[in-house]
Amino acid sequence: MQTVLPNAFFYILAGVILGGGVITITRRNAVHAAIWLVVTLLGVAGLYLHLNAEFLAAVQVLVYIGGITVLFLFVIMLVNLEEAASERQYSGQWPLGITCAALLLIELGYFIYKGQEAFYFAESFGGTLQPNTELVALALYRDYLLPFEIASLLLLVAMVGAVVLAKKDLE
Amino acid sequence: MPPVPTAHYVFLSAALFTIGVIGVLTRRNVIIILISIELMLNAVNINLVAFSNQLLSVNGQVFAIFVIVDAAAEAAVGLGILIALFRNKETVQADEMNLMKW
Repeated sequence: MQTVLPNAFFYILAGVILGGGVITITRRNAVHAAIWLVVTLLGVAGLYLHLNAEFLAAVQVLVYIGGITVLFLFVIMLVNLEEAASERQYSGQWPLGITCAALLLIELGYFIYKGQEAFYFAESFGGTLQPNTELVALALYRDYLLPFEIASLLLLVAMVGAVVLAKKDLE
Repeated sequence: MPPVPTAHYVFLSAALFTIGVIGVLTRRNVIIILISIELMLNAVNINLVAFSNQLLSVNGQVFAIFVIVDAAAEAAVGLGILIALFRNKETVQADEMNLMKW
C-alpha cells in the first residue's frame, strides 16, 4: 500500500519523459523543441527525486534547465531559423536512420518481452544514499578529486573554445 | 506492491536513448540534433542513477554529475561551432554543410 503512490509517480514521469522526448524531436520550430526539452528534463529531475538523488535533481534543474536550455534558446535567437522551419525537416538518410533505430527498438522490445525476470542485477553490499548531498560531496572531493579537477579544466577549455568559435574576427 | 524494479528504469532509459538516436539520425536542423544528443545523455544519466539506487552506492550519482559536465561542455562548443557555421554558410541544415563531402 505504501509503495503504490511512488510507483504511480514513476510511471507518470516515464510517460512525461517519453512523450516529451517524442514531441521534442518532431517539432518543426526549434524554439518549441527547446521548450519541450525542458518538459523532458523536468521529468528526469523528478525521476532523480524518486531515486534518492536529491542533489542531482537540483543540479539537473539548475544546470540543464537553467543553463543548457537557455544557451540553446540564445543561439536560436542568434541564427535565423525561419527559413529552416519552412524547409524539409528530415534528411535524405532517414531510411538508414530509422533502420538503426529499429534495431535498437527490437533489442528493447526483446528485453521487455523477456521481462524483469531476465535481469540479474548485483545486490547491494549495504550502504546508504542519505544524507545525499553530504555523501555526494564526500565522494566528489575525496574519492574523485582528480576527475573533478579534470572536469573543471574541461569546462574551462569548453568555455574558451566556445568564445573563440563564436567571436566574429580573431585579431 | 513491490517498489519499481530497476529493470523498468533500464527500459525507460533505453527507450529515451532510442528517441535520441532517431532525432540525431533523421533531422536536418543542427539545433534539434544537438537537443537530441542531450536526450541521449539524459538516458545515460537515468541508467547511472538507477543503478546507484540499486547498489545503494553514491558513485553512480557522481558519474552522472560528470556526464552533466560533459553535456554542458558539448552544448557550449557545439553551439559555438553552429554560430561559426551560420556566419559562413547562412544555413542550419546539416546536409547543406557538405564542403568536405567526397
